[in-house]
Amino acid sequence: MTAVVERDRIDPGARLLGLLRAREFGIALLIVIVVLVTAINNHNFIKADSIQQLLSGAALIALLGVGETLVIVTRNVDLSVGSVLGLSAYLVGDLFKYHHIPVWSGFAVGIVVGAVCGAVNGFIVTVTRVPSLVVTLGMLYVIRGVLGVIVNGHRIASEAIPNTFSAVGYRSFLGLPWLAIIVALVVVVVGYAMRSYRPSRDFYAIGSNPDAAVLAGVPIGRRVFTAFLISGMLAGLAGALFLALHTQIDNSGGTGYELTVIAAVVVGGVAIFGGSGTVVGAALGALLLNTINQALVASRISAFWNQAIAGALLLAAIAFDRWLLLRNTRKLQAAEGAHRDL
Amino acid sequence: MAPAARLALTGATKSFGAVRALEDASITLFAGEAHALLGENGAGKSTLVKILGGVYRGDAGALTLDGQLVDFAGPAAAQAAGVSIIYQEPSLFADLSVAENIFMGRQPVGTGRRIDRRAMERGARDIFTQLGVQLDASRPARGLSVADQQIVEIAKALSFNARVLVMDEPTAALTSVEVLRLYEVIKTLRARGAAVLFISHRLEEVFACCQRATIMRDGRFVRTAPVEELTIDSIIRSMVGRDLDALFPKTVTERGEVVLEVENLCSALVFRDISFTVHKGEIVALAGLVGAGRTEVARAVFGVDRRSSGTVRVNGKELPNGSPLAAMAAGMALVPEDRRQQGLVMDLGIDQNVALASLSRLSRLGLIRRSSERDLATTWAARLQLKYGRMRNPVSMLSGGNQQKVVLGKWLAREPLLLIIDEPTRGIDVGTKAEVHRILDELVANGMAVLMISSELPEVLGMADRVLVLREGQLIAELTRDEANEQSIMRAATGQTTGVPA
Repeated sequence: MTAVVERDRIDPGARLLGLLRAREFGIALLIVIVVLVTAINNHNFIKADSIQQLLSGAALIALLGVGETLVIVTRNVDLSVGSVLGLSAYLVGDLFKYHHIPVWSGFAVGIVVGAVCGAVNGFIVTVTRVPSLVVTLGMLYVIRGVLGVIVNGHRIASEAIPNTFSAVGYRSFLGLPWLAIIVALVVVVVGYAMRSYRPSRDFYAIGSNPDAAVLAGVPIGRRVFTAFLISGMLAGLAGALFLALHTQIDNSGGTGYELTVIAAVVVGGVAIFGGSGTVVGAALGALLLNTINQALVASRISAFWNQAIAGALLLAAIAFDRWLLLRNTRKLQAAEGAHRDL
Repeated sequence: MAPAARLALTGATKSFGAVRALEDASITLFAGEAHALLGENGAGKSTLVKILGGVYRGDAGALTLDGQLVDFAGPAAAQAAGVSIIYQEPSLFADLSVAENIFMGRQPVGTGRRIDRRAMERGARDIFTQLGVQLDASRPARGLSVADQQIVEIAKALSFNARVLVMDEPTAALTSVEVLRLYEVIKTLRARGAAVLFISHRLEEVFACCQRATIMRDGRFVRTAPVEELTIDSIIRSMVGRDLDALFPKTVTERGEVVLEVENLCSALVFRDISFTVHKGEIVALAGLVGAGRTEVARAVFGVDRRSSGTVRVNGKELPNGSPLAAMAAGMALVPEDRRQQGLVMDLGIDQNVALASLSRLSRLGLIRRSSERDLATTWAARLQLKYGRMRNPVSMLSGGNQQKVVLGKWLAREPLLLIIDEPTRGIDVGTKAEVHRILDELVANGMAVLMISSELPEVLGMADRVLVLREGQLIAELTRDEANEQSIMRAATGQTTGVPA
């Protein structure tokens, strides 16, 4: 009995070891290495404004990555996030230009637009049970098409955007860009919730073994719907932030973001077939991709390398996960065998 | 009747389309009893269990729990009411911790409804202590052995304080020691006043741990009786509805020339110095305890795993190391133990599964002809007496016994010289078992050589011409059909010189 009580206390050494082994730590380390190596040749790379640029540049992809993580963990995928971002950004800009809505409501409108899109995704996926890959691919085009009709060749220029709104895009607080602060808040809150509340553990259960989730009484439809809803809302918020950052918008905002987001999420350790991964990892994945991107620019290496490297990193991440899984399984089974022999 | 019925299901009927899975089935469980549910595969046991567990809703019939009429809206409702089911296939979340698997959806929460991980792991450990098992509650479920997965399932059921616990073939993957431990668990549960419904194809187990038994056939109730009033013969008669031919048909055959020669086969960790031969027209059984290395030897012979030294010859020709393709080309076929994972593509049709190993013969200019696939499958389905709806139906729709026949058909379609078959009848019902044995017997009579791995001693004794006993990776004994009996095999397998474990 004493032994049991003792095992209750988490050994700080084991805790540290667990932290060091965590995927998030590895990615953070990789980011630091990339920054330092680049800084050897280009000292400007570790100056404050360069670091700020790294953070705000990764912020939008990281924010989309948070929502995408929730969806992927449930063994689904949301390909419509780029289009939702574009739609939300344009509608917010449109309301500023023609209806002069108050600045704070810009964010609210963005979130509501995203929520509607996410709800449509979630509804179709859970009710028709069509694979989400197909549903959200369809929504990617539908939303982009609707946006084209609304925009009708116009664009919203920066004069129409209130200064206090666009300040979010360039101002910083205590040396940190507001953009990064907002996204970091979302990451922390959602990350904590994903660890510590019953409903969010259901997401992992669904992605890990859908059949067992049914038997465990997990309300699968409701949870998957929620994942898409949140993904949509965050994409909508990202749209508002996109507008604040760029202060102008046409019908192409966010085009192609969905693949960058998925790459970031997978690099960040979220299993593409669901069941495991964290939003912190996803956010760090986004930061790593952006850091490499900027490092190439700072090192005056052709931007064409950027995509190749991002792709190679994605493949490396998947290969690494696969290797880790096989190794761990083998190790656990070996331990089991030894245990059995006793 | 003195004790009150804990659970009673009366007149349950359930149809799937045109198929009547259950018709007017009834069962009554008393508090503190272990009750066996018996029947062939397809007799409706699983359907009945799923109705008890709230997975299906019966088309007709009434379910009472402690005298109260209940109607479960889903699995969660059944669990909340105190009915826990341990399904045949363990259903764990591989990515989540063992503790979280046990408490999924009911994780202990602290202030602000946050999950209290320590309390959760403590709860899991408490249950493991009760069960007398050692299992790390914080490790992920991925990589657990089937037996340990089963234990997690049992722990889950215990955590619900189940009033009724249904175990659907809990022993299929357990070793004999683990089975004994399971009996203890069942006893503890009964002492607490729970009713246990126990499903197993091993009739000895029914006699060992149950008080009453209910027998079903073709979705209908046949009889319920105390186990003292039953014999294996009477049970089989009730299950099958006719007398079985001998469970182990054995034609005396003339043994032919050597087909397989294994010499000094070693693998780095699992086994060493294994030498034996298999001749035309004989069944050689590999016996031994679970973990003795039987499956590993078979895999190394077939080339799935690499051997570290030694030679394998088929018809005098040496096989290259680690090449299943060469083994197949030389006329070997391997029917694996885990047919779901290694033997079948569950979503493909019966015809495509049967044809899978013969595609090169069925294709012309690299294109596979669907019609020849179907012809091949139809031929084998008839020879193996497969029960199926349509050839195109996915094999996942078949019962376990029929799935095993499809795996057999797939390899037999290649007309191999040597068939290696691992646990040919694990988890399949008595009727199908006898058929599989008959098929094997026929094949051998026609000159095939068979290397069979089996944990069931009656099967080994009934079918094998020679028995090779492995212990801890070494070939301990080679027994002829006359020398082999339960004592001699168990003695060799456990390394005891006197006395035989139960």
